[in-house]
Amino acid sequence: MARRGAVPGTAIPRCAPDDACARDARRAGGRLRAVARAALVLLAACARPPAPPTLDFWALGTEGESVAPLVRDFERAHPGVRVRLQAVAFSAAHEKLLTAVVGDATPDVAQLGNTWIPEFAALRALEPLDPRLARSAVVHRADYFPGAWATNVVDGRTFGIPWYVDTRLVFYRSDLMARAGVARAPESWAEWTDAMRRLRRVQPAGGAPALLPLNEFEPPLIILSQSGAPLLRDHDTRGNFRDPRVRAAFAWYVGLFRDGLAPPVASTQVSNVAQEFGAGRYAMYVTGPWNVGEFRRWMPDTLPPARRPAGPRWATMAMPGPTGAASGTSLAGGSSLVLFRGPGHDDPARRALAWQFVEFLSTTAAQARFAQLSSDLPARADAWAPAGFGADPQLAPFLTQLRRLTPLPSVPEWESIATRVTHAVERAARGTMTVDAALAALDAEVDDILEKRRWLLARRAAAAAPTHLSAR
Amino acid sequence: MTARPAATGRAGWWFVAPALALLAVFFVLPVLAGLALSVTDFDLYAVADPGATRLVGLRNYARLFADPAFRTAVRNTLYFAAVGGPLTVAASLGAALLVNARLVRWKAFWRTVFFTPFVTTLVAVAIVWRYLYHPRYGLVNYALGAVGVPPVDWLGDPRWAMPAIILLAVWKNFGYNMLIFVAGLQAIPAELYEAAALDGAAPWQRFRHVTLPGLAPTTLFVVVVTMIGYFQLFAEPFAMTQGGPLESTTSVVLLLYAEGFRFWRMGNAAAIAFVLFALVVTLALLQRVVQRSARQRSAA
Repeated sequence: MARRGAVPGTAIPRCAPDDACARDARRAGGRLRAVARAALVLLAACARPPAPPTLDFWALGTEGESVAPLVRDFERAHPGVRVRLQAVAFSAAHEKLLTAVVGDATPDVAQLGNTWIPEFAALRALEPLDPRLARSAVVHRADYFPGAWATNVVDGRTFGIPWYVDTRLVFYRSDLMARAGVARAPESWAEWTDAMRRLRRVQPAGGAPALLPLNEFEPPLIILSQSGAPLLRDHDTRGNFRDPRVRAAFAWYVGLFRDGLAPPVASTQVSNVAQEFGAGRYAMYVTGPWNVGEFRRWMPDTLPPARRPAGPRWATMAMPGPTGAASGTSLAGGSSLVLFRGPGHDDPARRALAWQFVEFLSTTAAQARFAQLSSDLPARADAWAPAGFGADPQLAPFLTQLRRLTPLPSVPEWESIATRVTHAVERAARGTMTVDAALAALDAEVDDILEKRRWLLARRAAAAAPTHLSAR
Repeated sequence: MTARPAATGRAGWWFVAPALALLAVFFVLPVLAGLALSVTDFDLYAVADPGATRLVGLRNYARLFADPAFRTAVRNTLYFAAVGGPLTVAASLGAALLVNARLVRWKAFWRTVFFTPFVTTLVAVAIVWRYLYHPRYGLVNYALGAVGVPPVDWLGDPRWAMPAIILLAVWKNFGYNMLIFVAGLQAIPAELYEAAALDGAAPWQRFRHVTLPGLAPTTLFVVVVTMIGYFQLFAEPFAMTQGGPLESTTSVVLLLYAEGFRFWRMGNAAAIAFVLFALVVTLALLQRVVQRSARQRSAA
């Protein structure tokens, strides 16, 4: 209980060990040496913050900077409350959060990449939010994009509230498309392939129509999940990559590399994507909303508005699908806000305050403000108009795409499975393996990764006891 | 000093006790814990529920040896150490001879220049080298183009990615070994060179029969330390290629890192660590044996 050394009812202000209040307390301890116990209580209260509480909030990457004004607004609305905002680099965040869970050092509220939620739910590190949602006046499931919300639900329980969303779609050079004689944005795979073939004729030498980096798992997973077949089978305990529909999608995707429509490169090899895109060496790029700002800023020639040709030279379009627009789904990316539980999080008042903070960041106004501060896409559809995103022609296709999302299997092992998928794609794309051999190897690897899950499910079935796969 | 031996012995134990305690707590215990971990399937599920840990005996090891990804990583690491190790030692010996030569001016300056890469942050270096290796804009291909060699996709071609990493590692590390060689060279008495010269030994013969034997202990140290370091190849591919393309630069430690800290399969990661440990110990012992027999042969 040392962590919660708060003495209920005492009016001692919270303080850090090295600030003035702590010095006062130490001085007081000196004066009251006779009543040592009282001094100890005082010092203990000083070292471990009692009410009025402090919230620890970890935000990742640039969001950690852009959320600061909203954090100050929250503090202003709740006098006496302090929110300690810590910005964690995105590249190190997953490891840092896992280590925090193992070391009982998690914050009250955190931003979590939504693909990590099943993993942290399996760790039983996250509070299920359904009881709070039932009473909430601010957060209603119906206000969110269903595909984005679904990534927060594991075994029927909600562990996170979408904070901002992103999804990948196709950025393309509209001027090159026009020159290549493609009248409208392709909607089916056949039209898309055709557009790429035409583009190749108008591109400079050494260019390739599409940039689909081999080290990113999102583009192939988008295509594989467009096939309509689940990627895992038997209650998500075995790979389903040899399913004929998945195989067809895999073969089509790998064919783009084999036909020279996409070069077999990793994104680390492309020194400056905006520059290459501007030079026409790539004419299509499957990527996310963060590149909208990058391209506006860095694409050559689009900078000086005076010299700009009629309209921007690039546009975005929703993903084409195997059979047309309706099948053109993509994946739900983005981040959610979660409440951690476990040691150090059992003060109900503090947890209620943490939830208030999440609600505060989830209001339409806060969502719109955050969108303007960060250029992230709001998770609430009703925040798009106040944020000024609805009318932007380069952002509008994202709204379309966000209504067409497919969920991925929500198993904690997904991160390592996704890595294996990129390996399979790379082997087949470079031709070191046939499509069938790569998929057979992938299924074997995935079955091996999921062995523990099969054992746990079998154990659960045998014991008919509460699940160990979800946070209970 | 007339204390009884037993008392002296006891006092000695008290003197080494702090060091032993530190070793026990921060080395022996973790190693034993790691060994124990390597025979379990400790993973994410087990963090949440210790009951979900199974004792699996040697299955982690068996799976490792059956896993093509692990075999690739071992092959890559051996390739890196076998090519990069000798190259680094040769480069550092060459640099040491150069900066130690009597004709060279500003020795301290050259020493500093050669040593600089070693103390530079690898991540910063990696960014610069990624540009040097860029197939279109890179300085390396530009230089090759000047002598008529067609451009090479250094980091994107599975055949060239490891040589590119080796080149970077040699450049990054030779400065440290160079300093050790310089110290070794300065420890060789000048009279030996004078005597050899008087006997009519040419420069090459002086190098072969005075410098090299004089440097033998230094060389053994440098080779062993370099090799142990190179078997732990991690930062270079982590910053340059993330193990790609086609896993051609995935090293054993990179694989260990991914297993342990990305996917949190600690049982597997611990098994990888022990296989690597066994590998390094075996090779270090082998090197000692080779060195000793070579010395005996030359003495005979």
